[in-house]
Amino acid sequence: MARLDPTMPGLHLAPDHVFVRVQRVAGAVGAGAILLCVAGALLNPAAFFRAYLVAYLFWFGIALGSLAILMVQYVTGGAWGAVVRRVLESGTRTLPLMAVLFVPLAFGLPYLYVWARPEVVAHDALLQHQRIYLNVPFFLVRAAFYFAVWITVTHFLNRWSLAQDSRPEPRLERRLEMLSRAGLMLYGLTETFAAIDWAMSLDPHWASTIYGILLMGGQGLAAFAFVIPVAAILARRPPLSRIITPDQFHDLGKLMLAFVMLWAYFSFSQFLIIWSGNLPEEIPWYLRRIQGGWLWVGILLALAHFMLPFVVLLSRDVKRRPRVLALVAGMLIVARFVDIFWLVRPTQGSAGLELHWLDFVTPFAIGGLWLWVFVWQLGTRPLVPVNDPCLPVMEAA
Amino acid sequence: MKRPPIYGLLAEFDTPTELVTAVRKARAAGYRVMDAYSPFPIEELAEALHFHDRRLSMIVLGGGITGGLVGYLLQYWTSVVEYPLNIGGRPLHSWPSFIPVTFETTVLFAALSAVLGMLALNGLPMPYHPVFNVPRFALASRDQFFLCIEAVDPHFDREITRRFLERLDPQSIAEVAH
Repeated sequence: MARLDPTMPGLHLAPDHVFVRVQRVAGAVGAGAILLCVAGALLNPAAFFRAYLVAYLFWFGIALGSLAILMVQYVTGGAWGAVVRRVLESGTRTLPLMAVLFVPLAFGLPYLYVWARPEVVAHDALLQHQRIYLNVPFFLVRAAFYFAVWITVTHFLNRWSLAQDSRPEPRLERRLEMLSRAGLMLYGLTETFAAIDWAMSLDPHWASTIYGILLMGGQGLAAFAFVIPVAAILARRPPLSRIITPDQFHDLGKLMLAFVMLWAYFSFSQFLIIWSGNLPEEIPWYLRRIQGGWLWVGILLALAHFMLPFVVLLSRDVKRRPRVLALVAGMLIVARFVDIFWLVRPTQGSAGLELHWLDFVTPFAIGGLWLWVFVWQLGTRPLVPVNDPCLPVMEAA
Repeated sequence: MKRPPIYGLLAEFDTPTELVTAVRKARAAGYRVMDAYSPFPIEELAEALHFHDRRLSMIVLGGGITGGLVGYLLQYWTSVVEYPLNIGGRPLHSWPSFIPVTFETTVLFAALSAVLGMLALNGLPMPYHPVFNVPRFALASRDQFFLCIEAVDPHFDREITRRFLERLDPQSIAEVAH
């Protein structure tokens, strides 16, 4: 079977592709939303930072989830990953942007985290104990370290994958696999700590040992829920229309179903253990999330994040039809946002569900920017990793 | 209906691609009652044969739902009706603690109905099948690929069908006795 020449035309994102239009709209919407956010941050910094953290963790989840899935595919192989390799890679190359977008958070720590308020720590014996770990300088150093690890792994995975385009070399394949093995272990460790730092420490009196992996499952799901619609759109035109078949969508759909179940399993495990223990230090976390309107958010999550997608994704036909599968994935992206909103937003001492207009603007501010960078990165390389050994046989043009 | 004199015609191919192509051509020529045999699963084959049997899916779904109900109701009956125990003041019907077992019985019943349903539908174990009357058919579990057009097919004709199969350039063609 003849391999493709990476320099041949038509392997890149076409200049008239729908994604180029998406990029323009995303840029415009993002710019407008950023202006609103700046105004909101000046008017009500507390509300801004709460909304910003939710939106940040949502888009960050897609970026880091892409890195995790990319590494899993290098370790395990499979045509499903080779056909969406360049989509996942573009997702990982948004991580430097996420590092930059982390900077505003550094200026809002006292608005978000009680451990960053000296007047609160002074009257709280537990927070004084935790100060050796939960303090502002160490928090920032750790965040810088996590990003250094993720961006380093991203850099080499992307570099070697591009090098593979020009010459098929078993040595590069081996190197990509070895780095992915190490990278997955680093991912497990860094993301566990990042989840504790950025989200769990919002409620420093509460602890859950499954929290890190709960967010990791969510990130894996977010990556699939994002990659599937992108692949479904790319599959309408060459070069992807010539290699991607219903079989690959079937596999992507199966993996997305697995992550739906994994998320439900982790979430329920945490709930069951805390519910069984019924300890006064642990249950307030859930009590806060069933007060006021929050109960309805939780019920919505159980339905839209698990039951509905689970039942629909059982069907083989749904998984083999890119259009229908992309719809389910779209619903799961929204559910991911609701999940992070439910995890992160209720901790700030408010009773019941209170929405602020910034809660609706920040996802568009970060998302517009994120999508703009994503499409820009998608356009910089051939859409097909032509020398990948996992790639299905390409039909002649 | 009169029993046809033979079971069918068996064509042997060297590669899975040739077999899939042969099945597609036989479909296009109007043949419907046929089966393909291969040493390993070929994904395109079910599609080429237009195999649309969803009975097993339905059996597994039914098994899973039954398992979930059985698991949940068993716990409900033991904890609420038959042997009510006050555990830490929790309600007798404490659904969160019933979920893990309900999940397990759902998976168990679905898996068992998949295996048993598969055996019930495909008729295995099958001590006798006419294709084994062709000695070369033993290669179907080694390295050869077979297509059998069965004589009950309305388009089947001993001579015409044989000529049709010859045009597919098979390794061998054999008549399958009953």
